[in-house]
Amino acid sequence: MRNFLSMLQARNHWRWIAWGGLALLLLAAPFLIEALLGRAWVRIADVALLFIMLALGLNIVVGFAGLLDLGYIAFFAVGAYSYALLASPQFDLHWPFMVVLPLSAAVAAVFGILLGAPTLRLRGDYLAIVTLGFGEIIRVFLNNLNRPVNITNGPQGITLIDPLQVGGFSLAQTHTFAGLTIAPVHSYFFVFLVCAVLSILISLRLENSRIGRAWAAIRDDELAAASTGINTRNLKLLAFAMGATFGGVAGGLFSSFQGFVSPESFHLLDSIMVLCMVVLGGMGNVAGVVLGAVLLTMLPEALRYIGPLQQKLFDEVLVDPSDLRMLLFGLALVLMMLFRPEGLWPSRRRRAVEKSHAAG
Amino acid sequence: MEIFAQQLVNGLVLGSIYALVALGYTMVYGILGLINFAHGDITMIGALVALTVAQLLAAAGLPVPAVLILAGGAAIMVCVCLGVFIERVAYRPLRRAPRLAPLITAIGVSILLQYSAALIWGKQYLSMPELVTPTRINIAGVQLTGLQVAIFLLACAIMAGLLWFIKSSRMGRAMRATEQNPDIAGLMGVNINTVITFTFILGSAIAAVAGLMVVLYYGIGHYFMGFMLGLKAFTAAVLGGIGNVAGAVLGGLLLGVIESLASGYIGDITGGVLGSNYRDVFAFLVLILVLVLRPSGLMGQHSGDRA
Repeated sequence: MRNFLSMLQARNHWRWIAWGGLALLLLAAPFLIEALLGRAWVRIADVALLFIMLALGLNIVVGFAGLLDLGYIAFFAVGAYSYALLASPQFDLHWPFMVVLPLSAAVAAVFGILLGAPTLRLRGDYLAIVTLGFGEIIRVFLNNLNRPVNITNGPQGITLIDPLQVGGFSLAQTHTFAGLTIAPVHSYFFVFLVCAVLSILISLRLENSRIGRAWAAIRDDELAAASTGINTRNLKLLAFAMGATFGGVAGGLFSSFQGFVSPESFHLLDSIMVLCMVVLGGMGNVAGVVLGAVLLTMLPEALRYIGPLQQKLFDEVLVDPSDLRMLLFGLALVLMMLFRPEGLWPSRRRRAVEKSHAAG
Repeated sequence: MEIFAQQLVNGLVLGSIYALVALGYTMVYGILGLINFAHGDITMIGALVALTVAQLLAAAGLPVPAVLILAGGAAIMVCVCLGVFIERVAYRPLRRAPRLAPLITAIGVSILLQYSAALIWGKQYLSMPELVTPTRINIAGVQLTGLQVAIFLLACAIMAGLLWFIKSSRMGRAMRATEQNPDIAGLMGVNINTVITFTFILGSAIAAVAGLMVVLYYGIGHYFMGFMLGLKAFTAAVLGGIGNVAGAVLGGLLLGVIESLASGYIGDITGGVLGSNYRDVFAFLVLILVLVLRPSGLMGQHSGDRA
């Protein structure tokens, strides 16, 4: 018994050491990345963290609750524009981000509920197509709401958005701290890291909560879930609103990070990309989705080398790298569903289901 | 009043094209319970194939009817092959899979078709050679082109033919049986796979004709044109009651008229504040309204809740 206890303690030690090591590694990450790959890659890492948040939000909707949302980027857009309007010279409002960020999350959630309420009592297929339409319609509005009253500034977008600022510490400036030069990309990395870790923790806690289990029940068999007393409509609405909230927060952060938003950043293809992250990584599995987000953020950067390569081989660029990316996304969606629907890194629950199927 | 009649006529012509595409959505949904996201893009492929063939043949100096028939024939062949291939490779293996899987596959196929088209035809707008010199017909102050009349009549003929086919032919009866209950239909000797393949053949061929009409009507084609067209046709199918073939016809015509009237009058009603650039919003509003007020659609059965 004593032997066992000490073993457990020892294992606990190891676990703490591993977590501490990981934390240190993540803290050093932006500087390591810069030293190894250059500053451009620090920026890519920042974007990857944003996409982790987005993908985790969509994972709540698609992975946990089994609702296909094809216009998820619209909530990202709503969050981004809420932030941009309340903290930029557009209306000469410069509210602090502590107010604006929760507000953009709330606005996104309200949009989620407005969109979900009429469709969620119907079969999931309708939701897919309504969200698909919603994603495009939001873009039509963002593009056209520059008259009669100039709200969104139309296709030009909104510029000079306030950067994040805590007290007197602006993230847009380069700081020197204990001999380390901390450029804006580094500061944002840490802010995004905190948000991404929070998103991961929230997702993990949600998955094993009463709500998470209810979502899983709805996903696997809605009729059976309803007959066990689960209020399917409200829970689906909750999943939808929560996913939208994640999107809203990520959108607000994106606004402040970029300093500029325009309707072109919120295309259907971006919705598809986030969906790919969730599907490729493993629907419903938080670790898988994080993996998917990181992989697919890096993919376009890797594909960037394809253009010059084609130039060298064929004397002309036959396949535009961004088109190639979309072709790969489409192919990935089809092939994953056909051959490995559980994703690259399946969730434990799904693995258990597969195993029982294989055995039975 | 004349403007009203004019918009009505324009809407009916546009609506007949929507109705043709909506037929494909509604037939596949009725039999497989799947929203075939790729259907709009099959229409796009049909449109671009027809456009390319028409460009080549018109340059070769063939007479106009021959050009139209050959362009339409080529579009139908390509679309039918594509539709059958997609069903076989992407949808059939997932027939018994969880519901989310075929939906995600369908959206993947849609993306694949769009970007394959971007590879083949490029991303610029392609223009259709002007085959028919526009003849204007004036009926009680309403301007009509011969092309509009031809499109409308052909669409109506196809729709009437399809309705007759489903009602009266042996294959049509098998389709209706499969729609009601595939398992029982199979037990009664209906070959389900043949029926499903045939449904895709029919839907894709009609989509190809619709594609030809679109490029004739608008004079341009684009690799992304299937997206909005598909979304609107789906809305039309839902408006008429998805799974119901006659409903798709009604929904398509109605949606065309609504869109045409709304975008024609929105400027006047709002005093020029909102313009016709909000055109694409109306179909979406109709979709939401139908889903809230009458999810089973105009002609659908009571099955709205889990349809």
